[in-house]
Formats: sequence, C-alpha cells, structure tokens
Amino acid sequence: MPPVVERQIEVLNTLGLHFRPATKLVKLAAQFQSDITVSRGERTLSAKSIMEVLLLAAEQGTMITVRADGPDAEEAMEKIASLFARRFEEE
Amino acid sequence: MEIRKGVPVSAGYAIAPAFVLDSERYRIRKRAIGKSEIEAEIRRFEEAVKVSRQDLLDLKQQWSDRSGNRLSELFDSHIMVFEDKRILDEIKKRIGENHFTPEYAVSRVFRKYVKLFMELSDGYFRQRVSDLHDVERRLLRNLLGKKRETLSRLQEPVIVIARDLTPSQTAQLDRNMVVGFATDAGGVTSHTAIVAKALDIPAVVGLGTITADVSGGDRVVIDGNRGHVVVNPDEETLKKYRVLSRNFQSFEQKLNEEFKNLPAQTPDGAKIKMFANVEFPQEVAIALAHGAEGVGLFRSEFLYRGGKEPTETQHFEAYRQAAEGLGGKPLVIRTFDLGGDKQFMKNPETEPNPILGCRSIRYSFKHLDQFRTQLRGILRASAYGDVRILFPMVSSLEETMTAKMQVDETKELLAREGTPFNEKTPVGVMIEVPSAALTADLIAPHVDFLSVGTNDLVQYTLAVDRVNERVADLYQPAHPAMIRLLKHIVEAGRRAKIPVTVCGEMAGDATFTLFLLGLGVTELSLAPALIPEIKKIVRSVTLAEAREIVEKVGEFGKASEASAYLRQRVLSILPEAF
Repeated sequence: MPPVVERQIEVLNTLGLHFRPATKLVKLAAQFQSDITVSRGERTLSAKSIMEVLLLAAEQGTMITVRADGPDAEEAMEKIASLFARRFEEE
Repeated sequence: MEIRKGVPVSAGYAIAPAFVLDSERYRIRKRAIGKSEIEAEIRRFEEAVKVSRQDLLDLKQQWSDRSGNRLSELFDSHIMVFEDKRILDEIKKRIGENHFTPEYAVSRVFRKYVKLFMELSDGYFRQRVSDLHDVERRLLRNLLGKKRETLSRLQEPVIVIARDLTPSQTAQLDRNMVVGFATDAGGVTSHTAIVAKALDIPAVVGLGTITADVSGGDRVVIDGNRGHVVVNPDEETLKKYRVLSRNFQSFEQKLNEEFKNLPAQTPDGAKIKMFANVEFPQEVAIALAHGAEGVGLFRSEFLYRGGKEPTETQHFEAYRQAAEGLGGKPLVIRTFDLGGDKQFMKNPETEPNPILGCRSIRYSFKHLDQFRTQLRGILRASAYGDVRILFPMVSSLEETMTAKMQVDETKELLAREGTPFNEKTPVGVMIEVPSAALTADLIAPHVDFLSVGTNDLVQYTLAVDRVNERVADLYQPAHPAMIRLLKHIVEAGRRAKIPVTVCGEMAGDATFTLFLLGLGVTELSLAPALIPEIKKIVRSVTLAEAREIVEKVGEFGKASEASAYLRQRVLSILPEAF
C-alpha cells in the first residue's frame, strides 16, 4: 500500500491562489507520480490541472486540504507545504 | 433540449446553428464524424494543441527578451492549459466517444469551464473567464486553420450568441447570413434590440448566461415572439417551430402587401407620415419595401466601425448613397451620438457617469474637427436629395444656436469653395433631455423641426437606467410626466408651425399610436418592419376618437393605469394588435 498523506494548509499570500501561484503549484505537483488533490469544502480538484486549481478560487486565508496518494506522497506533501509557507515567493 | 427564457425584442422565428461571438469569433460546425475519422481528428486536435503551445512559448520568449521575466510568467498559465491533461483528455473523449468534431468538442468543454468560473463569487477568479476565451480562441484558430469563417464572411446562416452586441460587432456582421440574435445582457432598448428591429431579425435578449449555455454549432431556435431560445431542440419542437415560422412570415408579408402603398391616414382624413429609423445605408431599400415615406432617423454611428474616425469622403458617400436610394424622399441624418452607452473608439475617455457626461452633441462640440467633417459630408450630400440635419441630446437653446452656427459656418466655407449643397437644408433637434422638452417652446422658433427621442427622454425624466434590470420595471413610457412633456413638445411645434416627429421606441409601439395621433404628432419614425402594423392602426381610428383618448389619458395618475387604458383602446379597435 502506497502511503496517503493529507494536510490542512492555509493560503497565506495576499492574492490567494491566483494565476502565478496556481501555475507554480501545478508545475510542482506535476513532478510527482502521486495523485495530488486540493479540496475546499465539498470541492475536490486535481492539483495537476491549472483549470481546476483556479476553480478552487482560494483567496488569502482560505483553509484547503491537500492530499497526496502514491509512492512519493510524503516528499510531494513536504514540497507543496513549503511552497505555500513561502507564500509562493510572491511577496 | 434546453429552453431558456428572455426578453423578446424583435419578432419572428429563426432556426440555425449558433455562432458564439465573444468566446469563439469563428464559426464552429457541429458535425458527427465517422468512426474511421476519429483517429485522424484526434491527431488534428493534438497538432493544434502543440502549435498553440508553441505560439505561446514564442510569445513568452519575445516578452521576456523585452520586459524581463515578470510579464512572461503570465504566459505560463496559458501554456499550462495546453499541458493540462484533464482538459485535453476530456476533449479527446468527446471526439472519440461522442464523435464530435474537435472544434465542437473544444467549444463544449470550454463552455463547461466558463460556466463553472462564472459561478465563482470572487471577482478575480471569475474574471479568468476572459483568459479561457483567449485560450479557446487560440486553439480554435489553429484547429480551423485557413478554413475559418469570421462573422463578416460566413458561408451559411447562423444565429449570433453574444453578451451584448457592440456597435462595432454589428457593423461587421454579414446581414444575409445572420438570421437571429440571443444575448446575455440587455433590455428592450439595448443596442442589440435596436439593431435587430432595424434589420428585422428575430431576437431575444436578457438571457443571463446564454453565452455559457450554447456551444458554437449547437442548433438553436429563436422565438422572438415569446422570448424563448431553444438549444438543441428535439424533432417535435423543431417541427412545431418550422410551421410557426412559415405562418409568421406569410402573416407579415400579407400585412405588408396590404398596407405598403396606402397612406397612414384616418378615415376622417388626418395623416401621419411614416418614416423609418435606419442604421446602415443598405437598409434604405428595406425601409422603402415596407412603405416608408422617408428616413426619419439615419444613425450615423456605423461610420465609426473599427474605431477609426471617418473621413469627409466616407461621410459624403454614405449619405449620398442613402439620399439617392430614397429618390427625393426625406433623409434625416442625426449627427454622431457618441459617448454615453455608445462607445466606439478603441480608447474611450472614461467618465464616472457617462450618461450624464460628454456624449452626443456635447462630444461633437468638444471635437469640432470631427463635427465639421461630418457637417461637410452631410451638406455635400444635400445636393443629391432631401437631406436634413438632426442634432442629438441638445439640452438648451444655447446648444441649439451653437450647433446651427457650426452649420452656417460650414455652409459659408462650402459656398466659397463653390461646392454644391442645398442652402435651405432643414435643421432640427432631438428632444430627449427634460430641459429641452420643458423649453421646447423656446427652441422651436429657431429650428425647422423637432424630433422626440423617447428612449432617452424616458430615461432622463424618470431617472431610470434603461439597461439596468434591477430598475427596468420603472421604465414606464406612459408615466404622467412623459404624457405632459409630450403634450408640451407637440404644442410647441404647433405654435412654431414646424413638424414634430417621434422617433424613439414609442413610435413603433402599438400602445401609443392612438395617443400620438390624437396629440397631433405629424410624423413617426420607426423600425421599417413595424410600419405596416402601425399604419393599420392609424387607418382604423378617427382623429376625433384619438383626441378623446388623449383627453382621457391625461386624467390618469399612474403609469400602469394609462398604459392599461391605451392597450385596451387599441385592442378594441384592432383585436390582433398585440
């Protein structure tokens, strides 16, 4: 059984998951084999699709759930959490 | 099949494939592809994705050379859509499983996402719809290659689906191939409504999200009588509409044949002239075919197509063509009605409150070069027919005099050059601002005719934005304030012994025909297709009866009562009026 990792992450950067941060997130997620999803409320969307990440419409302060499922799930989660924590290097 | 309800603004029926204007700009054919074609079509789609992605990479490179990384990053997100496996797979699935053409599959999938984005509450994310449109257009452009059809050169009839038609889009459309309109925005007096009526094309507006509900190539039915739009109708519905459409056409034709050559005259001899409102020179023929006795409102804004200032020759040629087409019948040319809700220039000067801003004649006074160029064009055309000049949005006697002075100075120059023109070219003003309506008696002695623009006059008098759906129900042309103003204007015309034309929506609305006739309005100017019907009403009533109606209408305190009374009177005379 490959590990499944799940974590609640707050969107810290001012503009939220707008174009550039979303692009960075999708690019990062694409590097991993694991299935990676982002959820907000009822909505669960693929972190590897730019369209879906934008559809999350996560503004600053939103709590989202990131879930990684696959052989490199742990590493993926660390890198993604760190990207959010660094506010996508936007500001 | 899906039925959507909106506001019917131009009667008739149309059945044709959709052309979604804002997102696609190119026509998409909906065609089922055969099993054997699937593989090749998927390859064609993949190739278009590859080319689109490469286009963007090249663009990104150019921008990063010029302005550094920051801006070029913006291209990344568009590039990523072309790398988005989910979307690409979804499109391929529609090609493979539903046998859609790649173009139609793209349109369907993008429409789905557009709809999802439109539902978001956050403004920034909602506005990504425009990025989606951009990406979709790029993909379609590469898919369609050289075969692509734009709105100005179509090969088959289409129904245009748009947010709201802009005047420049209208100017580009191929009028032989566009058979219907359906728009998200707009009310009875929106630009789309005016154009549709002028061109006699069935239209439904105010549909909310029709641009997101329809994909290019979907078969669409427009029911301009009831305000319905049917997307992908079933066979039975289609059959029903085909019959309705045939019957409606023959009814309109019969009405027109019956009344075309008869005057709009009451049995007791009162006559009212029937002029046409016209948007493009080519419509003069349509106007005449409906029995128009001239053009009472020739809107000159079409000359601004493409956002460029027209030259004097362009003015002159357009007006001369229309004047000659009319063969001596009057041609009333309204000078530019720019600004306000009619933005034509690529970079309009933004104003916090454009409807009360520098629009129409005010704009012309601030751009005297353009104004003089237009006046020269009009005056030169006056040598070729019964050309008259009409100034829009005048709010005072001062403005009237200033505008007239510009005409006189232009005449002087032309005379000095020896250029032929009609020295006695009549000059009139639009009465569409309450201040002009209330001082119509002061203005009338200085002009050759008055023309009442009821749409703006209602809007300014009742302080109601005619396209704002939240207050649209307050837009009441039968409001006692309007009834009083109209009486005052007509009286001012009578005293000065000059004709008063009504050229707004009211002129073509059967509800008001009896009232305007009884009031003493001498001319109506309306959409050509409405002329036969209004003529029929005029011919069914005596002037004495019409005067009685005016009397009675003046007694009502509420717009709703006045309007109900007027409708009831028309119905009692002509049961099939509505």
